[in-house]
Amino acid sequence: MKFVDEFRDPEMAKNALDRIHALVKEIPKAQQQPLQIMEVCGGHTHSIFRYGLEELLPKEIELVHGPGCPVCVLPMGRVDDCVAIAEQPDVIFTTFGDAMRVPGSKKSLQDAKAAGCDVRMVYSPMDALNIARQHPDKRVVFFGLGFETTMPSTALTIKQAEKEGIENFYLFCNHVTIIPTIKAILDSPDMYIDGFLGPGHVSMVIGEAPYRFIAASYQRPLIIAGFEPLDVLQSLVMLLEQLRDGKAEIENQYKRIVPDGGNHAALKAVGEIFELREFFEWRGLGSIDHSGVQIKAAYARFDAEREFALPNVNIADPKSCQCGEVLKGVIKPWQCKVFGKQCTPETPLGALMVSTEGACSAYYSYGKINHQQLDR
Amino acid sequence: MCLGIPGQIIAIVDAQEQAGLVNVSGVKREVNLACVAPEDGDWNVLVGRWTLVHVGFAMSLIDEEEAQRTLEILAELGELQEELAAMTNTDTGQVSP
Repeated sequence: MKFVDEFRDPEMAKNALDRIHALVKEIPKAQQQPLQIMEVCGGHTHSIFRYGLEELLPKEIELVHGPGCPVCVLPMGRVDDCVAIAEQPDVIFTTFGDAMRVPGSKKSLQDAKAAGCDVRMVYSPMDALNIARQHPDKRVVFFGLGFETTMPSTALTIKQAEKEGIENFYLFCNHVTIIPTIKAILDSPDMYIDGFLGPGHVSMVIGEAPYRFIAASYQRPLIIAGFEPLDVLQSLVMLLEQLRDGKAEIENQYKRIVPDGGNHAALKAVGEIFELREFFEWRGLGSIDHSGVQIKAAYARFDAEREFALPNVNIADPKSCQCGEVLKGVIKPWQCKVFGKQCTPETPLGALMVSTEGACSAYYSYGKINHQQLDR
Repeated sequence: MCLGIPGQIIAIVDAQEQAGLVNVSGVKREVNLACVAPEDGDWNVLVGRWTLVHVGFAMSLIDEEEAQRTLEILAELGELQEELAAMTNTDTGQVSP
């Protein structure tokens, strides 16, 4: 266990790992085939790779890296929509930095910027609103991305724009919502997940209650987990104890950040501005019912989808790119044909290589890239 | 974007606008406080508190020890520098890179 001394509290990490190794021996199913445990959130994926946690776990556990990286699940056609908006002559297109390099079918936002479009990286949707204040002659569009963690910030920004009567600010809303996504995974015939590590900061907003159906209807446990490596290990202990005892409950390991009821002010803002879409298209996972949100009619004048004619075309990933199979956990990142060859963090073909929270980028940066593996 | 970054609230800029000034590892930035609004409306109780900031919005109040631990782990993940750079480098369009 060579990595253990990297932990802030090596003794606790070692104890948790000893518990994990002992617990899997007490779970009969794990003796037949590895337990499939999904970390839903990209932040966990990043932490797991950075600290080499997979290599410390017993062979009876297989971690499945879930779809919780908002940039990674963007279909190519959505990037094309962004570029189409940015190419309008009177538009300033604003986005989080993560989305700049995601390839569209022809170009990324970064390419569009290089070709002369006014595309700007912002840290916060409030910065985008500020640009709108400074440029009343331009239409300023913010590319809204993320799960419930960032949804309240976008909602509050729209409320602010409404309050100030700003008329040149638009949201291209691509926010996604976690619960229907987990349900789609549970309903997928391709995969069987024995238990989940739940996202920490999404839960900080939505609280514990929305997950209860996972235990009640699907009899699977979920542990809301923090991002430190020790949090991940302790959450795995809690999950394995449930599996050993034949239990399926929602537990909260991250109580220091996640209140049971979530954040009331944040949920209120989200509820005022957004409503569920009928369906939303995901890279790799296809269309998932009610998995995205859109702007409510009362705030329609801020909706970029109403203001701009979007191509809105479904574009399949390039054949060589296997992001979809990696997202579903069907193959490991390094098993993709182009991993580490045509597709690297410098020249990403697929979104999973773009974001540091993407499994491919994380594996490329921290995993042991063995050329024999690549040559297979 | 999703991990957020801890900072200390050092001033209330405008209670009406729910805006505060937060110090994140030496970088000072205006942050929206709507999601951590005090129930009794006395915004000054927030001054000195630590908060987890996501894309310019304070999303929860945390204790100082948690803040320091989170800053350390973000540094180890390489996210601290990235987040601080993003905070300070919002592209105002003045200089084209």
